[in-house]
Amino acid sequence: MNTLAQVKKPSLLSHIVATGTHQRLLAFASLILLLFGFSIASPNFMQTSNMIAILQATSVNGVLAVAATLVIITGGIDLSVGTLMTFCAVMAGVVLTYAGMPLPFGVLASICMGALAGLVSGSLVAKMKIPPFIATLGMMLILKGLSLVISDTRPIYFNDTEGFDLISRGSLIGEIFPSLPIPNGVLILFLVAIIASYILNRTLLGRYTFALGSNEEAVRLSGVNVDAWKMGIYALAGGICGIAGLLIASRLNSAQPALGLGYELEAIAAVVIGGTSLAGGRGTIMGTIIGALIMAVLINGLRVLSVAQEWQTIVTGVIIILAVYTDMMRKRKK
Amino acid sequence: MKIRTLIGLIATTTLLASGPMALATEKVYIPMISKGFQHQFWQAVKAGADKAAAEFDIEITFEGPDNETMVDRQIDMLAAALAKKPTALGFAALDSQAAIPLLRQAKRAGIPVIAFDSGVESSIPLSTAATDNKAAAALAADKMAHHIGGKGQVAVVAHDQTSRTGIDRRDGFLERIKSKYPEIRVVSVQYGGGDQLKSTELTKAILTANPGLNGIFGTNEGSAVGVVNGVSEMGAKGVVIIGYDSGTAQKAAVRSGLMAGAITQNPVGIGYETVKAALLASQGKKVPTDIDTGFYYYDASNMDNPEIAAVLYD
Repeated sequence: MNTLAQVKKPSLLSHIVATGTHQRLLAFASLILLLFGFSIASPNFMQTSNMIAILQATSVNGVLAVAATLVIITGGIDLSVGTLMTFCAVMAGVVLTYAGMPLPFGVLASICMGALAGLVSGSLVAKMKIPPFIATLGMMLILKGLSLVISDTRPIYFNDTEGFDLISRGSLIGEIFPSLPIPNGVLILFLVAIIASYILNRTLLGRYTFALGSNEEAVRLSGVNVDAWKMGIYALAGGICGIAGLLIASRLNSAQPALGLGYELEAIAAVVIGGTSLAGGRGTIMGTIIGALIMAVLINGLRVLSVAQEWQTIVTGVIIILAVYTDMMRKRKK
Repeated sequence: MKIRTLIGLIATTTLLASGPMALATEKVYIPMISKGFQHQFWQAVKAGADKAAAEFDIEITFEGPDNETMVDRQIDMLAAALAKKPTALGFAALDSQAAIPLLRQAKRAGIPVIAFDSGVESSIPLSTAATDNKAAAALAADKMAHHIGGKGQVAVVAHDQTSRTGIDRRDGFLERIKSKYPEIRVVSVQYGGGDQLKSTELTKAILTANPGLNGIFGTNEGSAVGVVNGVSEMGAKGVVIIGYDSGTAQKAAVRSGLMAGAITQNPVGIGYETVKAALLASQGKKVPTDIDTGFYYYDASNMDNPEIAAVLYD
């Protein structure tokens, strides 16, 4: 079973690096162009406070998109990321506000419950052979319902937990450089991205993630325990959703049990704009982060320019289609 | 080719967007951050705001999240609105607590904030333009009692048990029945989330459980239309329906007599008064803490009166 990894490794790696670099450059160039365009169009766009607002708006969607990227690379899809995020936030509320435990327990509860829910999705897909779309659609609804039941449909506030709001709203960077008050939520997004990127590109789990998406049957035939690795990836993605849950709860100083539906689609949009293939086997975390930034810049920029809301959604839709189209054209030329 | 596509796109976006901006820099600018956008109620609030904007020759924008659960999206909208350095701000909070840091930022920047539709639990908004929902629901109870002859069984199909409007409309109705009409019994209060279909199913369940029911009060547009559908699907006779708000389906039900009548808020007035108060506040003039934008009861006999027709929306 080691032979597969060894044989596949060079070709896979070079494949990832080659496609990844191109796509990232293209996505990065579009991001810069967008920033440039909006700066010219409105003097209010390029201000520190607005840039920070954009980064903050990216943080939750970005973390969810990282989770979605991992699952999508295996050739699956995770529709439950949004409601799982909410569920984790509610669990943090149960531990911190209902049970009155100290902050670290809440953080742990959120991430562990996320990983556990991810593990359940993973087993549904790997063991019970339910297609990922259906399995995570079911989980999406189950988790939404559980959040409402556990919280009794009311928001859970974190007023009694000292320092909870600092997770997302505080600014470590701002304490060192007062002129650059980048919120911790953004810092956490980049940390999550770096760690996920490391796991994908430097560990066995990462290598199997790509291999599963490229040719699951080949991996299975070479004696790899496909089910276990797949469940591991879903659990990891779930844990990352737990982090997103903490970020949004901290930002709103409350766990809002009804929130979450619709967030999965925005996360998936960021993933595909970033060049990850929905067919699996190809994708980068860096691309996803840029994809999430492109969406946030676009929406913020259109708002700052006072473009009517109807048009904002149309433009976003056009951008998603264009991004994937240019990616396909480039691949076809090869 | 792809680069050209992108440049083209950026150029289009820029052109599309820079048009209105050129005008905006000269004028007083008041963004309205609402709880919603696509519902007819919010479009009517927007129409009122637009009317005030035209009258006072100022620039407004009107935005709200896709649904009323998206608290964080509303916060992002508020942040973007503040980046534009507005003259004043209209705000209908989905969750007051979550918006406090940004409202403080507005206060520091000297941007007056006017709350609309429902209050913001904070001392920062100078004024709140909203309907007195409790008084309006009490009027609905009076009308219900009148139609069923002061005695019998009634039920309430409410939109939710957590929002301020949901609580006020339910309690306003229940309290009036309890205090003034001892012979009327409220047999059931159910929550349909303002969803037409869910409210239809609820209504049918209520009618099945209470065959002798005399009347049902639906607390918002979706609930009221659901009640009408439920009653007609069951073929129940003699059930008096009182609704809330308007909309094409509800107006048709009132006109045809399926619904006895409904309470209407004045969404156009909410939008208008908010913009007006925001403008006055930005000029340093005093504005009242509470602006009651009013409500009316309408039925087939008065819905075409100009005064009523003006506040009903399709």
